[in-house]
Amino acid sequence: MQKITKEDVNPKILDALLADTELSVEDALENEMILNMGPQHPATHGVLRLLLRLDGETVMGCVPELGYLHRGYEKLAENMSYYEFIPHTDRLDYLSPMANNVAWALAVEKLAGIEAPPRAQYIRMIITELARIASHLVAIGALAMDIGALTVFLWTLREREKILDVWDILCGARFTNSYTRIGGVANDAQPEAIAKVKWFIDQYLENLDECEKLLNTNRIFVERLDGVGIITADDAIDLGLTGPSLRGSGVDFDLRRAQPYLFYNEMDFKVITFPDGDSLARYFVRADETRESIKIIRQSLDKMPQGETLLNQPKKVLPKKAEIYSKMEELIHDFMIVNFGINPPVGEIYQAVENPKGELGFYLVSTGEGHPWKCKIRSPSMVNLQSVPHLVKGRMISDVVAIVGSLDPVMGEADK
Amino acid sequence: MGLEAKLNHEGFLTTTVDALVEWSRKNSVWPMPMGISCCAIEMMASGDPKYDIARFGSEVMRFTPRQCDLMIVAGTVTYKMSHVVKKIYDQMPDPKWVIAMGACTSSGGMYRTYSVVQGIDQFLPVDIYLAGCPPRPDNLLNALIQIQDKIGRTRAREFQDQPLPELTVIQNN
Amino acid sequence: MELKELLDQKLKEKFSGENFIFNEYRNELTLSFDKKNVVSVCKLLKEDPDLQFKLCEDITAVDWAKRKDRFTVVYHIFSLKLNLRLALKANVDEADCNIDSVCSIWKTANWHERETYDMYGIKFNNHPDLRRFYMPEEFEYHPLRKDFPLMGIPGSLPLPKK
Repeated sequence: MQKITKEDVNPKILDALLADTELSVEDALENEMILNMGPQHPATHGVLRLLLRLDGETVMGCVPELGYLHRGYEKLAENMSYYEFIPHTDRLDYLSPMANNVAWALAVEKLAGIEAPPRAQYIRMIITELARIASHLVAIGALAMDIGALTVFLWTLREREKILDVWDILCGARFTNSYTRIGGVANDAQPEAIAKVKWFIDQYLENLDECEKLLNTNRIFVERLDGVGIITADDAIDLGLTGPSLRGSGVDFDLRRAQPYLFYNEMDFKVITFPDGDSLARYFVRADETRESIKIIRQSLDKMPQGETLLNQPKKVLPKKAEIYSKMEELIHDFMIVNFGINPPVGEIYQAVENPKGELGFYLVSTGEGHPWKCKIRSPSMVNLQSVPHLVKGRMISDVVAIVGSLDPVMGEADK
Repeated sequence: MGLEAKLNHEGFLTTTVDALVEWSRKNSVWPMPMGISCCAIEMMASGDPKYDIARFGSEVMRFTPRQCDLMIVAGTVTYKMSHVVKKIYDQMPDPKWVIAMGACTSSGGMYRTYSVVQGIDQFLPVDIYLAGCPPRPDNLLNALIQIQDKIGRTRAREFQDQPLPELTVIQNN
Repeated sequence: MELKELLDQKLKEKFSGENFIFNEYRNELTLSFDKKNVVSVCKLLKEDPDLQFKLCEDITAVDWAKRKDRFTVVYHIFSLKLNLRLALKANVDEADCNIDSVCSIWKTANWHERETYDMYGIKFNNHPDLRRFYMPEEFEYHPLRKDFPLMGIPGSLPLPKK
């Protein structure tokens, strides 16, 4: 890019501009500008503040500022029991609420030393993969909307509405549903819900192909994302990236394969990686991961056994509502668990799952009481955002939007 | 705002002109989506093909406050963010209305902590409080219809040229 | 566990006089050491060709609310080569509330340490940019300490006028 020099600007204009300052002409043309891409912005995926230092339109440096949605989750967790925190985990990564519920339930079950029955684990796997599809659909739609393709956003939201209908039938809430319980899930999957899941996965692949037809061969989309925001595999691991952003740089790391939980070691699916490391690779990883999720759901539906969905352990798991109203022991156990908590043994654990955004980890410290002594939420979006200053150096302002869109942060999670 | 003041200068305004202004104003409410957290996703969902908000006249969700008349505050407002929300509210031209969407904006919601404002009516005048966590898109459309009724009841002659309020500098960075 | 013997051997080679305590709970290994060894132990764990703990997942602190050794700084690191996770712990006293920063080893430690400073008040020596992370700069307290109330201290955060 050519720099503007003194000869390009009329001297009278320069005099008028600099009349009330002490800057000289050379300073005025050489100065860099600080631009505030503020917390309220259509393309920053929530309340993220980016301070950019610009030379013309090229970004020289960037400082992200977080904390505009800091709601005090970790302090809240120290003051409420493990059951009461389940609705709060919904609102962490609010695009895939079921996945967070499953992560919390797994963490507390590990701390307490119990395990959910097999049917509940298969149901949890199905809803986690549905949550992954829903989250990636919004990611693709929002990235396309930021680049300028508005139609794709409406189409992906239409697909997402079908998933929200499934969750509506399953547990009563379309969004922020606190469906899992410690020791299983809240209620069994109804036949209508399972039929709707089967209908959804049968018609999903054609609709995804339609959306991709609009984007993958579109010259504007490809040229705006190709080669933008390249990060090498070593830098990505050093900066702590996880999830699709890391797999877009060619690193084959997926927690469902590396440290399997639920029944993922029995499922047959590929871990998608692309070697390029730019925004286009991250977009392709997300689109292909939804295809693998469809495969996992199909296998889970075939393998799911009949059985109960809540573990029968009265000291740690809330009993069923119908029995509380009619039997004595269940009433007493319900009273103890709700008022005093489940009292896991003294110890600390760290449980990580593969969320759609990356690795979501819960570090829980228990001192034997009903509420955790400390709960740390390792949120993937916060760590992914740390790589933004590294990625935008030397690019232009419109690339900043594409890069933040391809990393796909969610501020509810990044700010806790 | 200036037009009604000029028309109203003599002291009367015909009811047909009044009705025309009200009808056009209420059927083209352009919302300013102050989307902060989870309620913003339900606000986006009210714009998708299933719960179309465009059929009520809110076709454009402009992210610039200078062209909007309804601010939908969707999401938890923290103390750090409250200055930004107030700044955007001040930048909107009169007449303007505010919907407090969800439990977090109405009263702090399920977050009774050190950093969450317990209800945005502590610093903003609110017209409609929506219950829900998050409220369904149908609920938001219901609130929009009620705001349209409220706009329909205000008379155009009430808007005179008012002196500009004193704006204080809230944030220096 | 195999990892335990491997670590034990490597640490004894390099740090002969220091005290390392291993702890195992629910299949997770924790290594506790004195806070002055932080940088050298982490460097060994990252650069050793058999171990290669290149991914630093989390850095946080626990407030035990007792007189001596009030805080414990906890590091969670992961090795892609061995597919294993390790937790490191170092105690920090309230009177001498600082510990060396590991930003020179893992770049991702930058924001994690800033967050720990914001929430607990533990200073990290040689940190390139230690300032508050979530709370505004003028905030005077450290929220996650056990003596800070959940509802906050009235007047500590300003609100715009109506």
